[in-house]
Amino acid sequence: MSGATVPADISGHMLDLDEDEDLEVFSKNTSLADGNPMPNSPDSMVNQFRLDEENEEEQQGAINKDIFVTVDNPESHISAIETFITYRVVTRTTCSEFDSSEYEVRRRYQDFLWLKSRLEENYPTLIIHPLPEKFVMKSMVERFNDDFIETRRKALHRFLNRIADHPILSCSHHFKVFLTEEELAPHRKLGPGFLSRMSETMRAMANSVRGLRSKLEEFAVMQAYVDDFSNKMCSVDKVTNRIIKEHREYMDELKQYGPTYFQWAESEELLAEPLKGVGSCVERCSKETEEQIQHLSEVLVPTLHEYVLCADTLKAVMRRRDNIQAEFEAKNEALASRTTDKEMAVATATGGLNDKERESKKLQEEVDDLADRVEQANNALRGDWSRWRTSMRADLKSAFISTAAKNVDYYEKCLAVWESFLLSQRGESMEQRNGADAS
Amino acid sequence: RMAEDVKEESVTSNDESDLAASDGSLNNTMLTEGSCLLRRMEISVAEAEKRSGKNAVSIQETYTVYLVETRPMDAIAEGHNPPPDSLWRRYSEFELLRNYLIVTYPYIVVPPLPEKRAEFVWHKLSADNMDPDFVERRRIGLENFLLRVASHPVLSNNEMLYHFLTKEHGWKEMVYETGFQAKADSRLRALSATFRVRSPHKRLVEMKHYSDGLQSHTSQLLRARTRVADRLYAVYKVHGNYGRVFSEWSAIEKEMGDGLQSAGHHMDAYAASVDDILEEEEHYADQLKEYLSYAEAVRAVCRKHELSQFELEMASQDLISKKQQREELATGIVRTFSLKGMTNKLFGQEAPEQRDAKLNLLEELIAEGEETVKEKTAECDEHAEKAWADIVRFKDQKDKDLQEALINYALMQISMCKKGIQVWSNAKECFLKM
Repeated sequence: MSGATVPADISGHMLDLDEDEDLEVFSKNTSLADGNPMPNSPDSMVNQFRLDEENEEEQQGAINKDIFVTVDNPESHISAIETFITYRVVTRTTCSEFDSSEYEVRRRYQDFLWLKSRLEENYPTLIIHPLPEKFVMKSMVERFNDDFIETRRKALHRFLNRIADHPILSCSHHFKVFLTEEELAPHRKLGPGFLSRMSETMRAMANSVRGLRSKLEEFAVMQAYVDDFSNKMCSVDKVTNRIIKEHREYMDELKQYGPTYFQWAESEELLAEPLKGVGSCVERCSKETEEQIQHLSEVLVPTLHEYVLCADTLKAVMRRRDNIQAEFEAKNEALASRTTDKEMAVATATGGLNDKERESKKLQEEVDDLADRVEQANNALRGDWSRWRTSMRADLKSAFISTAAKNVDYYEKCLAVWESFLLSQRGESMEQRNGADAS
Repeated sequence: RMAEDVKEESVTSNDESDLAASDGSLNNTMLTEGSCLLRRMEISVAEAEKRSGKNAVSIQETYTVYLVETRPMDAIAEGHNPPPDSLWRRYSEFELLRNYLIVTYPYIVVPPLPEKRAEFVWHKLSADNMDPDFVERRRIGLENFLLRVASHPVLSNNEMLYHFLTKEHGWKEMVYETGFQAKADSRLRALSATFRVRSPHKRLVEMKHYSDGLQSHTSQLLRARTRVADRLYAVYKVHGNYGRVFSEWSAIEKEMGDGLQSAGHHMDAYAASVDDILEEEEHYADQLKEYLSYAEAVRAVCRKHELSQFELEMASQDLISKKQQREELATGIVRTFSLKGMTNKLFGQEAPEQRDAKLNLLEELIAEGEETVKEKTAECDEHAEKAWADIVRFKDQKDKDLQEALINYALMQISMCKKGIQVWSNAKECFLKM
């Protein structure tokens, strides 16, 4: 299947109104982009990503940030047809693009999905932070379970803030609509949406059959890294979940173990007190284990999980970039073959030459547009790639540091528990000895 | 700790010394009366070795032997350093010694041996009797047994104990020649029968109930601890996977690579550290197992006293009924219904000569009976007194030993926490370099 079977008008939809606006922004930034759209160097960016447990998201890319978003207050929305959860999205902004400085709207998960797909359409080679998944099969969590809702809420909060932090994405029209419009439904109907998704899939199929003529080395390297990164993230995620499982089982056994000391103490006299002492040490350690598990679940697991999803996002981005390049190559080939035809046509027929010329000219324009598109896509990806790498490093580093710190804290607390027991016993035995000597 | 116990026990042993003589202790001028064996002799179970040989039914078997070493204390005190005398003993010989002591001193709480088979085994711990860690712990347990016996005010004077420590060959035969086996068998039969005691010894019954409780509590604790150990092992080992994955991941990263790689090494170290931690905890488990077995020994002493009490009551009962028979014959008045009495009434009484003969026989039997009752009463009282004395001694020892065990356990936990702090602090430093 050659590129010629792709309807010409579909390709036109790629340059809609939204895109025009954004294209300007595109070209502004790409002039700066030598693989680094951010004014600061990666190193100073890292310095900015200092461990600040409270405002991690807000601090990333804080230089140009003027949109602050919070996602909270989940509420059940019950209607005759369905039940779903809505979240309150509050925006505070000083950006001149916004009419007001504060907005409050309610959004459901589907609305976030809409936003993400529009962003992907408009910025095919930018790396968009992943959304939490639709549902989590493995843990069989109910959709309306409190923990599930809370985990989702936090992930949605991160999602919006990452977009707000992004120099390009934060200027997206759809993003603004999402944050400001009371009712999203009318906006969701507009735009190519479904149609362009369809065409993208078709093009992807077409291009996968052709393959790319040549891939820039840097993107081949990127692709290889993305594949490896995806594997590693899955492994780390799996190991971490296994660790939590083992910790839980350990804690359950500790809960059975502590009471055996108390039960024994009931039938003892002198030994009762030290037995109870050990029993309560075990109890306190099991509480600390519980906290340790909670920390892992709230800090490391969500971060790793998001980067597993990120890996999939990256793969999709790379695919889309490849598609854009493939499309260009297809059209380019068509043009090349057309030219020789043209020469033949010129040689054989004199009539209809103008039509042919017009067609060829049009084709040439299309090829040039596609070439630009490839250039822009590549630059966008390059810029966003280094941005993503920086924040990935910061996020994972921070999550691991936090985990290690919590583990140190866990052991320090347990140490204190056992040491205080020891102190009480040493004091006791001193008394006993003194008593014995006296008698 | 042993030295302290020895000092305290030698004070009480003076009372026991004359009785000890009648129970097969050494009448040897080498021993000073009233001091226990451990003061005169340094004892240890120094080594273990594997042996192969044909057993009683000519089947080739592999077994372990333990080296029992002894040295005279006075030589050591004088500053000489003589080489120890030594001999090899199998576990079964230790068992024989213990069984002999149990039969010979029914009112003494005889120290237990380390377990015959590995019990309360957590997943990765070997249940194999030939496993070197198991053998090592058994060696310690056997030494502990000998030290406890040799420092006991009563048991330490036993002749068979002394020969066990000094006479390599022919010791077993000597023990069998005492005929203790027959006593053991008849005791066992009697104890396994159900019998009810009319007036039980209050304190000893309480002690029996206490020992039942001690047995159930220690085994519950040991079982729970085993499961905890299993889970702890899993937690630590799973972190080893981080080591592998971080290492692989570091290969594809530039800036993060070094930090990840070194963090991975610490994760490996963390995973490896649990083996030593849990091996040490086994010693705590062994201390608890010792008292689990001790509980059985206490129970046995209480039960044997019940048996004595029962035999006394039987003898008393027999005496009473014989006296009643005498009264009936003498007065002709039947107080209680008996078939003999009925037949006498119905078919007439016997001739006076027969009656006199019967009366005389009864008088003899009554006299014997009274002696028996007197003996048994004395035996029972003595048994109760000695048993109680040893139980008091046992209780003190148990409180001290177990308190120390609990403290040691706390020390182990502290050591584990310190290691954990070290590893995770190191890991954190590596992550900071990511």
